[in-house]
Amino acid sequence: MDIAAGDGRKADAAVVRDALGVGVAVGLSGFAFGVTAAGSGLTLLQTCALSLLVFTGASQFALVGALAAGGNPLTAAAGAFFLGVRNAFYGLRLSQLLALPRAVRPFAAQWVIDETAAVALAQRGLRQVRIGFAVTGLSLYVLWNLTTLLGALGAEAIGDTDAWGLDAAGPAVFLALLAPMLKSGTERAVAGLAVLLGLGLLPVLPAGVPVLAAALAAPVVLWAEGRRQGGREER
Amino acid sequence: MSVWIAIGVTAVGCYAVKLVGLLVPAGALERPLVKRLAALLPVALLAALTAQQTFADGRELVLDARLAGVAAAAVALLLRAPFLLVVAVAVVVTAGVRAMGG
Repeated sequence: MDIAAGDGRKADAAVVRDALGVGVAVGLSGFAFGVTAAGSGLTLLQTCALSLLVFTGASQFALVGALAAGGNPLTAAAGAFFLGVRNAFYGLRLSQLLALPRAVRPFAAQWVIDETAAVALAQRGLRQVRIGFAVTGLSLYVLWNLTTLLGALGAEAIGDTDAWGLDAAGPAVFLALLAPMLKSGTERAVAGLAVLLGLGLLPVLPAGVPVLAAALAAPVVLWAEGRRQGGREER
Repeated sequence: MSVWIAIGVTAVGCYAVKLVGLLVPAGALERPLVKRLAALLPVALLAALTAQQTFADGRELVLDARLAGVAAAAVALLLRAPFLLVVAVAVVVTAGVRAMGG
């Protein structure tokens, strides 16, 4: 009994340690978001509202980039929204593992993102899954919002953020998020086609629209792959 | 004002998709094709965004210091540098190249 309780405590501590590691490391990069958003011309309040209310990094960076490029607000929001769609699939997996009462789910939903899903899905047992999700979510939410505020204040103090190379923070963030997803030829084909569409359509379509058009690379490559496999089966 | 509209729509939309995942019955979105598409959609968007924010100046494509910064970030990623370091490398290299008149 005592030994089991001791093991449980040790397992709990390991989950908390992993969760805090992810929460702190990623939470600090809210600084990059704060600087980028404020440097793109958003006010302090708008920058902080994005981190508090949207709280999914890639969508936030995408929205800020699209607005800075002069995109229509709804087109900009559409790009950010499509990037956030993956969170629905994390939620689907998490809802089975977390087994939350229905009344709690609306409160847990805001924390359903890449990092909480990664930590929670790596745990075994209901207790550890819940601890992993809650500790990652809380530490990340608090730090991400705090560092967003500091970054936005810092950008206002710095003035010309481009002179400091801070306009490269956005693409570097996207690249860092993208890199681990490029697991197979399919992913690379989608990425390559999306780059061609995104750059090729940039001069001819209104700001923000080329990114949405580039999203079509996903169904196009899937369709081509399905056709190729279908052809192979016929032979 | 239009910035606030964009923030509001994004906030509501992103919260809604998070909640949908937690609320819909398991299996509703588990069709293989839907899952594949959902996994590939961020790949396409992130690749396009990386390219655009590296090369775009308004609606023109340009080569400037950002390319050096993003290339340095790619090297850092290949060396398995942590997230924050990757971003820092991009910023420092871009600022350095720009300071040298690039």
